Amino acid sequence: MSNEQLVMEGCEVIINGVQEAAEGKSVLKLLQEKGIDLSNVAVERNGEIVPKRQYDSVILTAEDRLEIVSFVGGG
Amino acid sequence: MENVSGSPEKAPEPMQQGSGSKAPLSRQAWLAALIERHGAARQEKFSRGRVAICGLGGLGSRVAELLTRAGVGYLRLIDFDRVEATNLNRQWYFMEQLGRYKAEALAENLRRITPYVELDVHTVRITEDNLARLLADVDVIVEAFDNATCKAMLVNGVREQFPRCPLVAASGMAGFASANAMRVRRLSEHFYLCGDGSSDAGAGDGLYGARVNICSAQEAFVVLQLLAGETANVL
Repeated sequence: MSNEQLVMEGCEVIINGVQEAAEGKSVLKLLQEKGIDLSNVAVERNGEIVPKRQYDSVILTAEDRLEIVSFVGGG
Repeated sequence: MENVSGSPEKAPEPMQQGSGSKAPLSRQAWLAALIERHGAARQEKFSRGRVAICGLGGLGSRVAELLTRAGVGYLRLIDFDRVEATNLNRQWYFMEQLGRYKAEALAENLRRITPYVELDVHTVRITEDNLARLLADVDVIVEAFDNATCKAMLVNGVREQFPRCPLVAASGMAGFASANAMRVRRLSEHFYLCGDGSSDAGAGDGLYGARVNICSAQEAFVVLQLLAGETANVL
């Protein structure tokens, strides 16, 4: 699916409260594009955790709500 | 343990933690004092509460203190680490406890607040493999690690293996930036995140007890709101 098609469809994924054209991507691809360190991240999709072993197989669909938490050190 | 007043009222239950000394307050007097401050309805829920605290550093040691003072009935204290000199700027330990296991030293400190808290002490490292066993059978799980990768491991593991158990985590309490950026977010029904979300602990811009303690207090307060069943008040 090209980026152009995604924009035309108009139903976007909501990532940390912000709409993004990410449908059709795997969670893994999205995280890699954002340059997110996979060892420090937790991803909730529609209120449930996405297990790390499923990052490659879970494909984002329109109107998915994603919360990506990149943990930082300190405690 | 005996009732120090020597009154004929019902004797306090035997202490589970093996302290042989007399407590200056009976269990009933301690509970009455808590009810005076918190109200009977909430206190009853706090007293029945069972909370696991993962990591007993700047966050966990203070969360444990606040929950003990609130009269939470059961705390599971989990940390493999020992008290170091660089901990004393923010963690609730004392110089005389340097080198001790944090879980054991903390239990000792908490029992000075009250002997009527049940403490379940584990001096082990929490891993993906033992997490299910260590964190079973509690009402709330608190993530209080310092390392980002460990935080992520715990959150992923808990959300996967205990998806219905409320989890209170923290990220972003280091540095010297405004403390007003620190807040509580509810990322999904059972997953709460405290802190500013971004202030990483780096060399020379490290961890200040006052700022870390804001985050630990946020975590502890959310735990109390969850135990009280008043989640509408969290945000």
